[in-house]
Amino acid sequence: MPDFALSCPAPLAQHDRVLMAHGGGGRLMRELIERMFAVRLHPQHETDAATLALAGKRLALTTDSFVVRPIFFPGGDIGSLAVHGTVNDLAMAGAEPVALSAAFILEEGLEMETLSRVVDSMAEAARRADVRIVTGDTKVVERGHADQLYITTTGVGMLIHDGELAPWRVTEGDEVVLSGDIGRHGMAVMSAREGLTFESEIVSDSAPVHREALGLLSGGVRVHCMRDLTRGGLASAVIEIARAARVRVELDETRIPVREDVRAACELLGFDPLYVANEGRFIAFVAEGDGERAAALLPGGAVIGKVKETGSGVVTLRSLIGAQRVLDLLSGEQLPRIC
Amino acid sequence: MKHLDEYRDSGRARALAAEIARAMTRPWRIMEICGGQTHAILRFGIGELLPPGLELVHGPGCPVCVTPLELIDRAIELAQTSGVVLASFGDMLRVPGSKTDLLAARARGAQVAMVYSPLEAVRLAVQKQDRQIVFFAVGFETTVPGVALAVREARQLGLRNFSILSAHVLVPPALRAILGSPQSRIQGVLAAGHVCTVEGYEDYEPIAAEFGVPVVVTGFEPVDLLQGILLCVRQLEQGRAEVENQYARAVRREGNREAKALVREMFEPVDRKWRGIGVIPSSGLALRPAWREFDAEARFALSTGAVEEPSECISGLVLQGAKKPYECAAFATRCTPERPLGAPMVSSEGACAAYYRYGRHHA
Repeated sequence: MPDFALSCPAPLAQHDRVLMAHGGGGRLMRELIERMFAVRLHPQHETDAATLALAGKRLALTTDSFVVRPIFFPGGDIGSLAVHGTVNDLAMAGAEPVALSAAFILEEGLEMETLSRVVDSMAEAARRADVRIVTGDTKVVERGHADQLYITTTGVGMLIHDGELAPWRVTEGDEVVLSGDIGRHGMAVMSAREGLTFESEIVSDSAPVHREALGLLSGGVRVHCMRDLTRGGLASAVIEIARAARVRVELDETRIPVREDVRAACELLGFDPLYVANEGRFIAFVAEGDGERAAALLPGGAVIGKVKETGSGVVTLRSLIGAQRVLDLLSGEQLPRIC
Repeated sequence: MKHLDEYRDSGRARALAAEIARAMTRPWRIMEICGGQTHAILRFGIGELLPPGLELVHGPGCPVCVTPLELIDRAIELAQTSGVVLASFGDMLRVPGSKTDLLAARARGAQVAMVYSPLEAVRLAVQKQDRQIVFFAVGFETTVPGVALAVREARQLGLRNFSILSAHVLVPPALRAILGSPQSRIQGVLAAGHVCTVEGYEDYEPIAAEFGVPVVVTGFEPVDLLQGILLCVRQLEQGRAEVENQYARAVRREGNREAKALVREMFEPVDRKWRGIGVIPSSGLALRPAWREFDAEARFALSTGAVEEPSECISGLVLQGAKKPYECAAFATRCTPERPLGAPMVSSEGACAAYYRYGRHHA
């Protein structure tokens, strides 16, 4: 060999600018939330929705912004997504959604036709989810200062149980229940965005999950914690709960449903379906012995894992060929590979 | 995609692992060349199934990881040039050059577009006639035909605003360099199935003979890898050093003749520096003079000269299989995917990233 310059580049300094990875649902986003927002604003950041006690009523409050591109994709659009996302965050706290607000940031030049399609879709999604959109706000920014439109929805819900659904309630022996197959939303949006075509069109799973989730509670399942799977996918959701609860979780890859078309698209791009976004799926940590009953209450539900001992906060996966590996948060979003 | 299940079957995998154990009378050290194979090995936990005497060494087969700092710096320089859009595969965007990476440069205003194929970069050039589109052409033999087609298309369309920055590298010269190194401890090699679908495996035959090392062309699924290891172990046990093809469902000895002819018509071998390894003669590809108008290094005045690489990272040793990622003092402490010291920690196919993601708690 000519020369052995055993070498490597210098470390990059701490990020002095916001990167896309800060919104990617992985480690950088978690760092940003903890070091930038949590230390200054002290939100209840371990759950998707905060719980409040007001005049004897127990309420849940949550907010979410939607910036999806393209705004229409197979199985949904930014409007229906903005309703489902917030309804689902309320449901994860065990709350029946009551009312939403909707704030729009519109780019100058956006076609009215496009906007009306989005708003119609929101109205339809709200009707189907049985939630009212009661107030809103509109801002227009100059062309180029936004990408068509962004929507922020805030939701209020009424808790239907007396306890608290949170990671601290997760304990040894709990079973992990998944509500359906994973990876569809992320791959549907990516195919639409990049013009990738596969043998069959992948359709997003975007849907409200509050009836399924609240059905577990009203069906008597001892639910300890729930989380909807969004950016970062199934793996990130389980990892975040395991860390917050300081328990080791063991998942079984053979029991995690992934449709064949989603799996094929993931293989092609070098993505791991465990980290691909969903918008109509959630996981529930339920008391030992309640897993199968919970799965039976969910169409497409499956018990995919178990809480082992307390202490480590690590998630392990028994792979398809039966070996164990550790699942970790990704740095940011998955990027397609080269070959 | 049903075929995937067949190659991920737990029963078949375990049976093959048992057969490998039975075939072995002494320890062996085998290198898998391709980063995709490294990831599959760690993702599926294949090491756990193998007998303790079988050591897998991870080779330099991650094109992102071996792209030298100078070329990444040049790509960033292009992206920062007014009127230029640098188009690249997603994998390349997070890899640090000597000062910054492409994504961080984009956050500061550089024009960087992520594309999924070189032809997409040509389409971008058609759409944005007022911009110069430069495609950062990274990859082994596998990706070159696609780039060749894109350049040919650009000529047919008469585009004057499309060019490529070639970082293409070739596997056989690198394998020769590694096996020929006095530090080499490699006894058998799993060649990268995807690369051989294009180039075939004739080029490996003289290498196997010269260094007395068996080479098995191997796929990427757990069953493929275990079959490849079994074939390699059998050769080693029998004292043979031949080229064998485990990946016959995709690879022929002569490869894809049409693709090879296209690549040879448009590209020529050049000496190329491999990050962490050094210059390897005739290990890179550049456009031939007849196509040089599409070569970004000819079209733009770019910085030349080498960049000094700092010393703590041992990526050179990792890329040659002389050290495991966790044998690096900086691994998972001063070097993480968020703050990488070296490219193998960044790319999804890099050995360090694979260990960080899948193997950290086993190391």
